[in-house]
Amino acid sequence: MGIKIGSPSFKERVQQGVDNDFMRNAVSSAQGRFRSGKENAAEELGNWEEWRTLGEEIRSHTLENIDFYLHQLSEQVEKHGGHVYFADTAEDANTYIQDVVKKKNGKKVVKSKSMVTEEIGLNEALENVGAEVVETDLGEWILQLDHEPPSHIVAPAVHLNKEQIRDTFVEKKGYDSTSRPEDLALFAREQLRQEFLSADIGITGCNFAIAESGTVTLVTNEGNARMVTSLPDTQITVMGMERIVPTWEDMEVLVSLLTRAAVGQKLTSYVTSITGTRQEGEVDGPEEYHLVIVDNGRSKILGTEFQSALHCIRCAACINVCPVYRHVGGHAYGSIYPGPIGAVLTPLLDGYEDHQDLPYASTLCAACTDACPVKIPLHEHLIRHRQIIAEENKQGPKMEQLMMKGFAKWASTPAAYKLSTKMARTALKPWTKDEYISNGPGPLKGWTDVRDFPAPEKENFRSWFKTREGGEQRNGNS
Amino acid sequence: MAIHNREAFLERLAGRLGRSPRTAGVERPVWRVHPQKDVLNGLTQDELVQVLEKQCKVIHTDFRRTDCVSLSQVLGEVIEAYKGNQLVIAKDERTEKLGLTSYFEDLRKSGKAVHEWDATLGKENQVIAEKADIGITYSDIALAESGTVALLNDQNQSRSISLLPRSYIAIIPKSTIVPRFTQAVEQIRKELTAGRDVRSCVSLVTGPSNSADIEMKLIVGVHGPIEATYIIVEDK
Repeated sequence: MGIKIGSPSFKERVQQGVDNDFMRNAVSSAQGRFRSGKENAAEELGNWEEWRTLGEEIRSHTLENIDFYLHQLSEQVEKHGGHVYFADTAEDANTYIQDVVKKKNGKKVVKSKSMVTEEIGLNEALENVGAEVVETDLGEWILQLDHEPPSHIVAPAVHLNKEQIRDTFVEKKGYDSTSRPEDLALFAREQLRQEFLSADIGITGCNFAIAESGTVTLVTNEGNARMVTSLPDTQITVMGMERIVPTWEDMEVLVSLLTRAAVGQKLTSYVTSITGTRQEGEVDGPEEYHLVIVDNGRSKILGTEFQSALHCIRCAACINVCPVYRHVGGHAYGSIYPGPIGAVLTPLLDGYEDHQDLPYASTLCAACTDACPVKIPLHEHLIRHRQIIAEENKQGPKMEQLMMKGFAKWASTPAAYKLSTKMARTALKPWTKDEYISNGPGPLKGWTDVRDFPAPEKENFRSWFKTREGGEQRNGNS
Repeated sequence: MAIHNREAFLERLAGRLGRSPRTAGVERPVWRVHPQKDVLNGLTQDELVQVLEKQCKVIHTDFRRTDCVSLSQVLGEVIEAYKGNQLVIAKDERTEKLGLTSYFEDLRKSGKAVHEWDATLGKENQVIAEKADIGITYSDIALAESGTVALLNDQNQSRSISLLPRSYIAIIPKSTIVPRFTQAVEQIRKELTAGRDVRSCVSLVTGPSNSADIEMKLIVGVHGPIEATYIIVEDK
């Protein structure tokens, strides 16, 4: 499938998202639940800012020394009986994994949810060598039956309702019970049990790889990743090269940040740390283990002003606070990485050409930056993207180019940036009609063709947002 | 075992960072802040039990507290409530220590199937665990804050026992309760620095499996166990 998803035009995708009422409501309520959960969990810790500082410090140090830690990781994995393949590109990774599957004469592959395998299009590559691939995360399994790409990093099937899911089960799997989520899940449990037990090969992603011991930590709730790493005799872990930490201690801190920021849980049901093959005398776990470390464009981000985008721990906290994501949904981004982090990362990994619009899928309200548990300055990266696009895109309208320079200037010093909401309000005044912008300039162009865009609030965007969504938030408390 | 394409790959990364590749000489700094060490710091063992009990409500897990004398009775009640006829248990010296050996014998005599994990049977163990109603393990380390049992899996305390059966019971010796994940990791790292090898799998289990993938509604019980009970035992 690769990183790109959906129809080619950004405007069309946005339109599809905006027209889909169920999806928009579902996304709103999902955002509300995830976000209030995160806020509660962060509050409980008391010193959330200190945690974020620690998270940022760990990620910065690790990325600055990523070659050292990847070297250490690979030594340790080998010491524990595993093979390590460093893949420059998606094709390299797929070819290596295809070879492993062919050598093992693998007929059935069970997978647990992994963004990087989506990114490299692994399922298709495996099907091309005749292997059956079964996604075993409940949401991913539903999408696989339905041939849909995921729309949220943490809750991939959030855009589908239970009746649609029942219909899919009926049509694809001969299901004959109700649309109660419990019944649907029980059916999935029964169906997938057979898959786990009969699979030759298990493939997982990786939340954090621990350099000091060659360990891969998986953070899950459903238990499928434990199945995938316990039952098949061959196991393959695919990791983006930046998903590494120096020690167990650092893994602990980042897992604590991840589970709180993602879903507001102190820990998820399962945090599973796997090292190499099963040991002498053990029954559970693989006898053959492969770790595939994927670059696929990531190294181009190293050493640039965007390096901190590689600090991302894939918690989706930025997605859950993003007012634009709320209205257009995940598929509008046209990338498997949606939301603010997706808008930052996708053009870096896949080039500006196909993703020019993404940096504009933001109001620059900075809620994403505030939410990020490892302090990635997301909105500043978006501003910088816009500046680069405007500079490169000489045929762009003069007005837009002027706006871009303005944004960059505002962002360049903290004091100036603090004034930015006020300035935006003044700058947009001529287009404002009853507090809604009906035909905005520059970055809002295209958005305002689709729907009226709310004017920046007199106080600030976040307080406007809170008032506006207050009712939903109450419903969303979990 | 082999490592493929490492040197070129790491050279490219180092080049991006404007230097030559490093395979030695990187010191992990002492981080400026350590907020994780303050959480639940200084609580007594009994206070930690209270934190754990409270957290059990959040994670949909039943909580029982008992002593060695009454352990078998409490365990019997939970097994009864779960309608457990087929059980799989870890092969563990704590069965004897906590006085459960004769209890499991009695269960067998009363017609229940109690399978103690037996590495020599190979995959047969998995088949038995998959059919079992209840899996029972001892917690190696228990985390009060999150309501988690940390299982240092090996050939006798195998991964499947806490995973495949419909219901899960964790027997938690009170002395194994620590404030949070931080202290569990300290113990694991202590073993590493002492030169002992890391376990092939460390499983942190926090209640039954769950999912919110359908309309964001919490479903308790997906691929792993659908219900769980923790039994805290006074062991010191």
